[in-house]
Amino acid sequence: MSKKLYVARCPRIAARKLGEETLVMAAQGSTLFTLNPTATILWQAADGVTALGDIVERHICSEFEVNLEEAIRDAEAMAQDLARHGILVISEEPIASRNSPAQEQRR
Amino acid sequence: MSLMQEMGERALRLGVPFSVHLDLTYRCNEQCVHCYLDHDDHGEMTTGEIKHLLKEMADAGAFVLTLSGGEIFLRKDFFEILEYARDLTFCIRLKTNAVLIRETQAARLRDLGVESIQVSIYSHRAEVHDAITKVPGSFRRSINAIRFLRSQGLKVVMANVLMTQNMRDYQGTHALADELGAKFTLDPTVTPMMDGDRNILNLNVSEYELHDAFRDETLIEDVPEFCAPPSAPDKDSMDSLPCSAGHTSCYISPYGEFYPCVQFPLSCGNVRERSFIDIWRHSEQLKEVRSIRLRDLSSCSQCAHGGSCSRCPGLAFLEGNMRGPSTQDCEKSFARTGIPSVNLLSKKQKKDQASPPRLVQIQLVPAITGRRLAEMGDAVAAVAS
Repeated sequence: MSKKLYVARCPRIAARKLGEETLVMAAQGSTLFTLNPTATILWQAADGVTALGDIVERHICSEFEVNLEEAIRDAEAMAQDLARHGILVISEEPIASRNSPAQEQRR
Repeated sequence: MSLMQEMGERALRLGVPFSVHLDLTYRCNEQCVHCYLDHDDHGEMTTGEIKHLLKEMADAGAFVLTLSGGEIFLRKDFFEILEYARDLTFCIRLKTNAVLIRETQAARLRDLGVESIQVSIYSHRAEVHDAITKVPGSFRRSINAIRFLRSQGLKVVMANVLMTQNMRDYQGTHALADELGAKFTLDPTVTPMMDGDRNILNLNVSEYELHDAFRDETLIEDVPEFCAPPSAPDKDSMDSLPCSAGHTSCYISPYGEFYPCVQFPLSCGNVRERSFIDIWRHSEQLKEVRSIRLRDLSSCSQCAHGGSCSRCPGLAFLEGNMRGPSTQDCEKSFARTGIPSVNLLSKKQKKDQASPPRLVQIQLVPAITGRRLAEMGDAVAAVAS
């Protein structure tokens, strides 16, 4: 991995944890998704300022017996997929204050 | 099964209040002839109380939040409440007459990621709509608002209620919704006032109009299937839940009263006195509602329509017994299939027994009444055989 990536939850989504999974609805088109337990961990930790690699190391490798580099590769692919659906924002720079639609609107 | 239905079933297994309907106010800037609410303010929850409640609801796992009224935009703190709800990542659905929505409000709703906005439109003709809302100019303002909302890419649902005043207009209203890029829904039932007053039920359309509406292919996708005679309820049907009220959904009034549904005014507690989750988990009233299965319903369990009827437990409750039938739904089942329910037959029998002997044996009756009564007789024979 050459560069650090930062991930943040997209502001215009609705989400709720239901059991081990998370239900997410993208505002555009009212498309509904469920995130599995691993994606849920990534989603919950996506604060825009913690690097994706650090999220994987702290929250995923500590929960599951996985190799760090392999887990980061999987997490990047998962993040790209979520970004394509308008659920997550990915950047090479920290992403500040993007988790709240109200905050987003006030900026 | 859609993902939303699948999540609803998961919420049921987990005991989560997946969907909450919160009325922010009963005040309204329209005075619709069919409205079931008392519009006076009897002490609405404050901004702080509503925010506290929203946090409790999010913590309890509520995902879909319907904000309604009264007219929600009459609350000065509406956008503050909405912003807070979106910060809690609720999926927000709004119900409004949209009279107070202009370009600015529509843009804010878009920016806040509101999922959909339901706007009440009762006719494609301004004079009919305005006569129902009793507000001249309300049609023009609501339609303009729908245009503003659509121009922001927002999903709009145009909600119509079928009643005597507009029964000839629903097709034109549907066409107007199509023209504006809005979805269209038609509710064929005017419901009693929340205090139980049933006078507004006089606004319901007759059985004949309902019969015709249920056979309109512009409304009903598969008319033969929709209007097919019901098959007798099987064991699975007997064990089924009447509806989601109190199971995965609930309603909170502007005064904090907790009901299973907006149409089911059985008070289960007040969120000003007890926490939302405490009421959801421990209310004796909710436990009773949750215990009811089709097999427990006095006449519906014996009825051919039992497995397919749209029986509303709230309307049954308003009729006096939450385990009893909802006559309005019986009437809909009859209009749909031509087969009277056990409840309708019982009412007819009681009425016949109560009628005094006629002194005049021959009388003129409208031809259509005779035809419909004959059909009812045939249907009774069909059920009996």
